Amino acid sequence: MAAALELDARGHPVLILEREDTLGGILMQCIHNGFGLIEFNEELTGPEFAQRFEEDIRKRNIQASLRTTVLDIREEGGLKAIYCVSPSQGMMRIEARAIILAMGCRERSRGNIRIPGTRPAGVYTAGLAQRLVNIEGYIPGRDVVIIGSGDIGLIMARRMSWSGCKVHAVIEILPYPSGLTRNIVQCLNDFSIPLYLSHLVTDIYGRDRVEGIEVTPIESGALMHEKAFKIACDTVLLSVGLVPENEISRNAGIEIQPATNGPWVDSMLMTTMPGVFACGNVLHVHDLVDYVAEEARRAGANAAAWLSGYRPAREIRAKTGPNIRYVMPMRINPERENRLYMRSLIVKNDAQLEVRLDGAVVKSRRLAHVQPSEMLSLTLEPKAVAAAGRDSTVEIALV
Amino acid sequence: MRELICITCPMGCHLVVDTDEHGEMKVTGNRCARGEHYAREEIFNPKRVVTFTCAALLPDGSVPGPGSDLPRRVPVRTTVAFPKEKIPELLGALRGITVRLPAVRGTVVLQKALGTEVDVIVARSIASK
Repeated sequence: MAAALELDARGHPVLILEREDTLGGILMQCIHNGFGLIEFNEELTGPEFAQRFEEDIRKRNIQASLRTTVLDIREEGGLKAIYCVSPSQGMMRIEARAIILAMGCRERSRGNIRIPGTRPAGVYTAGLAQRLVNIEGYIPGRDVVIIGSGDIGLIMARRMSWSGCKVHAVIEILPYPSGLTRNIVQCLNDFSIPLYLSHLVTDIYGRDRVEGIEVTPIESGALMHEKAFKIACDTVLLSVGLVPENEISRNAGIEIQPATNGPWVDSMLMTTMPGVFACGNVLHVHDLVDYVAEEARRAGANAAAWLSGYRPAREIRAKTGPNIRYVMPMRINPERENRLYMRSLIVKNDAQLEVRLDGAVVKSRRLAHVQPSEMLSLTLEPKAVAAAGRDSTVEIALV
Repeated sequence: MRELICITCPMGCHLVVDTDEHGEMKVTGNRCARGEHYAREEIFNPKRVVTFTCAALLPDGSVPGPGSDLPRRVPVRTTVAFPKEKIPELLGALRGITVRLPAVRGTVVLQKALGTEVDVIVARSIASK
């Protein structure tokens, strides 16, 4: 919606294709607060955040086709052809000059992390349970264990507790939580839910329905089988990471980056298929929706510029330096302001974020605290990279 | 003595709250003044924003069926943070509340909840068809 509004404001006709019954994506089931602090300077729930954009979409008369699933995008006769289906329209072929990919991400499932054991009913991803409780109005179980300490899992620990269920434990394989500290405090400590760090779920029991799980501690990287214990439960929720949903992009031949599982993009957030842009969680997984909206606006503005014939005169390479997992995007336009997002590989207080042009530090920033679950951002002005030559490289480092 | 983790910012300072010889509250472990403020609030008057869902009813008073495109729950929230010790009682009250569609964001479903100054409002507008 943020990208569509930006394109509309620049005079380009836009169509939004949405698979769900409503606009707003995953926000509609995220009924908790904490959204919008950057975007609107107040703390909103997910539906409230989405509705502010939806109201703008309506005001501007931007077209949206709901319950519409895109199957394929192709290059046909100098245009992009989008093949999609909907119950009311049937099969559709839509032509466009540019496409913005904003499909979001999906949850890693039991199969992705290969938990041994039987295959009874009662194993859900946390987001599916969230949808069942908050939109469909069903409680998936009474005695819950959550695997993984991602934010959705923590939020669901509180949600299930408030729904009258008992959350017995959260099991995390890493020695530190993957969710935000505020969620550990508000969603676990408030309800005295134990968090087992450096523990692995090594078995799931039950024939028809989950009856319990086996948990094994990890010490110095080895499973301590003699210290394994069981927890009785009827429901297991998984919060073990998110993966950008790029089936359509991959089918279209768009190059995907292993570090992010999202498309490779240049300084305009354009993928390897000219005229196809990407933003939000389909590009890389964000932790704040405020960043998603900012990035989407940028993708919309860039797509509008591209449609009007703008092409960067030159681009220089952006790469990861020490302690940085990825930098987004992977190209920098030395003639424009560049907004960069990156993720840390380390947990550290008083860190220094450095931008190095061919090895020389051209910009740096002190950060009070960094950790992998909190995305970092940086704005790079043209003057910082004015000295860049044809084969220059910008490296982002954390020291 | 009580241990807390400050949630004002992502630093997550581990606070230790104690009383000194005059019975005054003393906070250590915080890296800035906001930590002390947080500890004071958290000890004397802990509050949380409560978000919940209430059952949705169609305009004729029936419940949306399984084939319906309409959600069966309507998200609601407290306007501001609500006293923590009264949350279980608040949830009990919200379980008994139904919201008839169409729902309009901001509509009060529970005024001055449990004698506080806090209202519970609808968090999402939902059409009735």
